[in-house]
Amino acid sequence: MTEFTPIASLIGGALIGLSAVLMMLAEGRIAGISGIASRLLPPYGDKSSAERSAFAGRLAFVAGLVAAPFLYAAATGTAVVQTVSSNLALMAVAGLLVGFGSVWGSGCTSGHGVCGLSRLSRRSFVATGVFMAAGFATVYVMRHVMGS
Amino acid sequence: MRVPFASILVNLGLGLLFGVGLIVSGMSDPAKVLNFLDLTGTFDPSLAFVMGGAVVVAFIGYRLVLTRDKPLMAPRFQLPTRSDIDARLIVGPALFGMGWGLGGFCPGPAFTALGLAAPGTLAFLPAMLAGMWAARWVAERGR
Repeated sequence: MTEFTPIASLIGGALIGLSAVLMMLAEGRIAGISGIASRLLPPYGDKSSAERSAFAGRLAFVAGLVAAPFLYAAATGTAVVQTVSSNLALMAVAGLLVGFGSVWGSGCTSGHGVCGLSRLSRRSFVATGVFMAAGFATVYVMRHVMGS
Repeated sequence: MRVPFASILVNLGLGLLFGVGLIVSGMSDPAKVLNFLDLTGTFDPSLAFVMGGAVVVAFIGYRLVLTRDKPLMAPRFQLPTRSDIDARLIVGPALFGMGWGLGGFCPGPAFTALGLAAPGTLAFLPAMLAGMWAARWVAERGR
């Protein structure tokens, strides 16, 4: 069981939305994490100075994500609590699927789910519906069919 | 090369804001995500409130921002323009959703979890990056 946290989740969600809006205001781009992260990886086709500058920005954004729990802990005095499966093979397979699938489908929960839905993008409505359905189905099978 | 300090600082700040949002909302915890996806079991609706809060703010904020001629730090807005529904838009999210349902991580929370160094995260994150690289590589070859 996890506690239902409507207020904290609304506030946290609003902060995520604010980050996406400020990204559009500053850089004119969608705040999609799979796009930002995957474009740090090869192949590197574009070697223009604009692309190098964008690359540095993406690296800084990811560094901010990684640093966030430490800022949060320092500011609130509360450590970030999480429960991660210790089944390493399962987590590795999950990682491969998340990485491949989010890039293959041009976005993840942030790019399609938050930014795309906010822009009323038809593609993002389809993508969000599909990954939600696949997530529901996978958890159903894992927990209620296979019973793990 | 001109070092884009302002852009680096702004992006660092936006990453921090996004990450703190994930933590405050509870989405940095895979257990909460998996319980959202467990409709018939230990269902936790919190994720719907996260999406709702984020979409409302972004829906209004984008409309205000996009009345501008251009962004503050870039020559023009770069918005996705495609509207076609192709096989990749079904296959990709289907695979992503399966992985999301297995591990409870999507890409953002996987990065915020890195520093907490849970063994499961340290298995997930390199595999995720490998999957992203593989998708880019396959897409590039198919072009």
